[in-house]
Amino acid sequence: METYKGETLFIQHFKNEEARSLDYYKKKMIGYESAKKALAMSQDDIINEVKKSNLRGRGGAGFPTGTKWGFIPKQSAKPKYLVCNADESEPGTFKDRDIMRYTPHTLIEGMIIGGFAIGSNVGYIYIRGEYTREFTLLNEAIDEAYKAGYLGKNILGTQFSFDLTVHRGAGAYICGEETGLLNSLEGKRGEPRVKPPFPAQSGAFAGPTIVNNVETLASIPFIIQKGGEWFSKLSKIEKSGGTRLLGVSGHVKKPGLYELPAGGVTLRQLIYDYCGGILNDRKLKAVIPGGSSAPVLTADEIDVIYDIEPLQKIGTMMGSAAVMVVSEDYCMVKLIQRITKFYAHESCGQCTPCREGCKWMEDILHRIEHGHGREQDLALLLSIADNINGKTLCALGDAAAGPVSSFVKKFRGDFEAHIRGKKCPNA
Amino acid sequence: MAKLLSENFYKEMGKLEPRYPSKVALLLPALHEAQKETGWLPPEIMEEIGTYIGIHPAQVREVASFYTMYNLKPVGKYHLKICTNVACCLRGSEELVDHCKKKFGIELGETTPDKKFTLMEEECLGACGTAPAMMLNDDYHENLTVQGLDKILDGLK
Repeated sequence: METYKGETLFIQHFKNEEARSLDYYKKKMIGYESAKKALAMSQDDIINEVKKSNLRGRGGAGFPTGTKWGFIPKQSAKPKYLVCNADESEPGTFKDRDIMRYTPHTLIEGMIIGGFAIGSNVGYIYIRGEYTREFTLLNEAIDEAYKAGYLGKNILGTQFSFDLTVHRGAGAYICGEETGLLNSLEGKRGEPRVKPPFPAQSGAFAGPTIVNNVETLASIPFIIQKGGEWFSKLSKIEKSGGTRLLGVSGHVKKPGLYELPAGGVTLRQLIYDYCGGILNDRKLKAVIPGGSSAPVLTADEIDVIYDIEPLQKIGTMMGSAAVMVVSEDYCMVKLIQRITKFYAHESCGQCTPCREGCKWMEDILHRIEHGHGREQDLALLLSIADNINGKTLCALGDAAAGPVSSFVKKFRGDFEAHIRGKKCPNA
Repeated sequence: MAKLLSENFYKEMGKLEPRYPSKVALLLPALHEAQKETGWLPPEIMEEIGTYIGIHPAQVREVASFYTMYNLKPVGKYHLKICTNVACCLRGSEELVDHCKKKFGIELGETTPDKKFTLMEEECLGACGTAPAMMLNDDYHENLTVQGLDKILDGLK
């Protein structure tokens, strides 16, 4: 089995209960030296360094971070905000949890630098409500940083002040969508907003706001420490810098997190060389390559380089780098029914196509799985998915529609066997 | 009206207040803190939170009902939330749910008559690499098997 021997940023500190302390961070990691360096730089120079690094958002959309920071207006009558999206709600994703529980100071330092770069004195970490332990650990790390003078007024003797607060969500997938998150932060229902205005113009409390994922912000201190060019060269692919924390789950022998250069492996190498292949040496049936919102791949589509653009080219997405592996003995109809049930449950209900459509798709998939499907159901599913896709305020609609269309198109035979045989062949 | 929430609740909220530019932003933290004290959120608690923040009780309920973690009815002493989303499903979480249903003689969403256990199905907990996973009150339990689950449950007083 392969293990990666090249340079990694995070994973060597994971599963080490000592790693989260400020003491460890100062001795073995960056120790707020990058914040010190950044506070002596100009805002433009920091943003340029991040642009050079080719760091792309790790939450799912893959938007270039430096470009996003550049959208913040220099002058603003209202306070600006930096918000960390730690909702980690895309099914299959579990990387930010380890950053928060093992290397919380990388995130805090990244937020200090980010706050300074965009001219914000207030930051929030919006963490999913279920992560109660990580909430406590983050608060402990933030207390340490305040006591050491890295947070609060006049950080490291400069004119810059930055306050950081951890805000708990309370169980809603949609709060991972950045404007749903902002509404939730403001004490409202987590319903996504109409865009424009985009958060960079009017976000949290109507102030210009940047929302970045945990891994994105935690990468910043490394970029400032060793330079944007160094970070961009960690990767094996153009236009996507650094290493990526890949979360593999489902039917592999060794599920878990792997940190590899961006674009450093194909999906096949990841599954067979790093994760030891399929559980019980069964055959591979399917791979969901980027969280449950990503269209599914068949077993013969996995020789693709695992990164943003190669996956886009074959009609799916890398999303939050959450790879879910399915072996031949699992029913694909049952699987897509479960995925669709999730989206129907999590739809906030504002947009009719998503609110009604997700439930209809769930009902139809349920009846197919339980032997009551009709011949015309597959065309109906594709038509509903098409009527949701691109017709909603936020990406949840697309996230529900894409998987259904791809399952029906790529595993049509499995659906037909259920309908004609009037039962699930696996049951 | 006599206050139902403790002095500590008001102290905690007082500490948080300067952290936000609007008092309404205290609503989610307030609901969490209140639930820590009372186990669930009865109408009179939501009314007290509304009075404190300066919003109508209906607005408190409107928000509380949006999120699955706020208990709008009482739950048992031990609140089991078993993840049945994709990764956990692929790793046998259904077996865990069925086992608990039989063991407690209740369906999903129900509480045992002695008020000891509440059984719920949960959406993704973000512990997919160590699936199947569940939450028992505030704590995660991962890499579960039926035997492992029994050991945890049988150790609860």
